[in-house]
Amino acid sequence: MTFRDAVREGIRDAMRKDARVFLMGEDVGHYGGCFAVSKGLLAEFGPGRIRDTPLMESAFVGAGIGAALGGMKPIVEIMTCNFSLLALDQIMNTAATLLHMSGGQFNVPLVIRMATGGGKQLAAQHSHSLEGWYAHIPGIKVLTPATLEDGYGMLTSALNDPDPVLIFENQTLYNMEGEALVNPGAVDIAKARVRREGKDVSIFTYGASLNKSLDAAATLEKEGISVEVVDLRVLRPLDDATIMASVAKTHRVLIVDEGWRSGGISAEISARIMEQAFYELDKPVTRVCSAEVPMPYAKHLETAALPQVESIIAAIKQLVPDHG
Amino acid sequence: MAKNIRMNAPLPDHDRARQLLHTMVLIRRFEEKCVELYSASKIRGFMHLYIGEEAVATGVIEQLQPDDAIVATYREHGQALAKGMSAGSIMAEMYGKVEGCARGRGGSMHLFDAKTRFCGGNAIVGGGLPLAVGLALADKMQNRKRVTVCFFGEGAVAEGEFHESMNLAALWQLPVLFLCENNLYAMGTALRLTESVTDIAKKGAAYNVESAAVDGMDLLAVSEAAAKAVAHVRECRPYLLECRTYRFRAHSMFDAELYRSKDEVTEWKKRDPITLFFEAMKAASVLSDADFEAVEKEVAKEVDDAVAFAEAGTWEPVSDLTRFVYSEGQRP
Ligand SMILES: Cc1ncc(C[n+]2csc(CCOP(=O)(O)OP(=O)(O)O)c2C)c(N)n1
Repeated sequence: MTFRDAVREGIRDAMRKDARVFLMGEDVGHYGGCFAVSKGLLAEFGPGRIRDTPLMESAFVGAGIGAALGGMKPIVEIMTCNFSLLALDQIMNTAATLLHMSGGQFNVPLVIRMATGGGKQLAAQHSHSLEGWYAHIPGIKVLTPATLEDGYGMLTSALNDPDPVLIFENQTLYNMEGEALVNPGAVDIAKARVRREGKDVSIFTYGASLNKSLDAAATLEKEGISVEVVDLRVLRPLDDATIMASVAKTHRVLIVDEGWRSGGISAEISARIMEQAFYELDKPVTRVCSAEVPMPYAKHLETAALPQVESIIAAIKQLVPDHG
Repeated sequence: MAKNIRMNAPLPDHDRARQLLHTMVLIRRFEEKCVELYSASKIRGFMHLYIGEEAVATGVIEQLQPDDAIVATYREHGQALAKGMSAGSIMAEMYGKVEGCARGRGGSMHLFDAKTRFCGGNAIVGGGLPLAVGLALADKMQNRKRVTVCFFGEGAVAEGEFHESMNLAALWQLPVLFLCENNLYAMGTALRLTESVTDIAKKGAAYNVESAAVDGMDLLAVSEAAAKAVAHVRECRPYLLECRTYRFRAHSMFDAELYRSKDEVTEWKKRDPITLFFEAMKAASVLSDADFEAVEKEVAKEVDDAVAFAEAGTWEPVSDLTRFVYSEGQRP
């Protein structure tokens, strides 16, 4: 089973259980989804519930907001987060504000899924990671699944949430293989999770960088460095408690983020560590982020621009120079 | 100036005529009071007046059922009052009091009321159109025969959302009434300076959306056109109704009105929708001067009561600032 299958099963099960759930977006129906996530769903549920939309990000996201207000549970798919900028007004000025601005009267139970991230040589208009940006906005929740369990479960939980939830699916994860899910269900969408225990240094990461971090940790273990890897899972709200507990345990921190460094989620996490756990630190917080360039097409340049196992290992060795 | 394209609507009976007059006068006097209160710094922020355009909201909303929804703009006092929201809750909102219809979080531009399905004043030009389409989609998917009316100015027609929403509503045959209040100016920019085709109703044809234009100063003409439009929408088909109107006041409280002449405004004021309606009703012996006086009296009391309610209101405790960023137990 792949990550793609897990997300698809999440959608399918939700639609079987609840007639209010429907999927809409560009090419979700007849094409089968830009990343083939919704393949086969049109045949099962028909065009009334698997709705191909015209190319109008603002209108179909806005229509999702309206449908949510009208008692439906829409899943809106935006092909990639790059195109979500055409709907940013609807997401930020409407979905995120309505409940507060209406004094608690109009909540928006909307789920928006979009692909994010680079690594497939799609260049500067199809490869960016904007989840950290979206995490800036109060009123929405930002989820970044990195496992099959979360691919399925986060969608389920998002649909049970009364407020707008954005799910960022890293495009390089869709083909990721994993054990078939047994009795999958909702997962918590509030907590980070320690994916690997360690004692010398903590990596805080999410999405496609999780596997790179785990690979780096496995390599480093052979060299005698014990790395704890924390999967943030949820970028808004951030799970401060799990982050600070890990800092208190290892006293050294590396943040790995596929987004840009300046003003990004890595900066936010670092600031929170300063505010809440400064005296736990043995070393300054370190970051591995994407290079501050529009994502290039050429493979070697793209590879150089993204966090990689090698750059993570190098950063850890800087943090833990006295190992062995 | 809009041509008089009055459709010889049938005469209303006394009760209906009085009710319509009441709504228009309420909007007018309520907003005149708002201006006073703005000068007295009781109301702050952006405030956009509807004075001159009362016939539009009054005529359109008369044709709606209580569970039909409205999506409006920042110029929405009139629609809110016509939909039956209490003047007190609106005034308290403008005061920023917790008794306001949005707990004082929205102010003049963001009136909300779930009970009357008033889904907000949206202050992003064009921002409400997709939302209205979605409300209509939810009704269609759940087989409800409700209508969603989306009010917007002619300025919004230039935004992509107008075109996207018209297309989607037509493509999916959704029960939404696109209600364009063409008052000829978007802030200070005249329609002729922004649109290659200034005949807005014509734009419906591009999307196969049935459309019409009506003299927005003529209450009965608006009402009749709206009746037709709403009946059409109730059959699950979108409709575009352009109401040609004029705002007598500045765009907002910060506007020197450099872009139009005093003469133009004076000309339009000769077609004041309240006067036009009342004079016609009087000539037809449907309403009398005594009716007008009685309406004025009732309205004066309503407005006074609204102000008293707002004055007596309280401030939301600062400790509640972060409430409703996320839901407190609303079920999805
Ligand atoms: C997206 C956006 N752009 C610009 C503005 C600033 N603005 C507020 S009202 C307005 C004019 C809109 O005119 P129109 O749609 O005709 O409505 P009217 O104010 O005449 O009722 C503008 C430009 C805004 N609020 N939103």
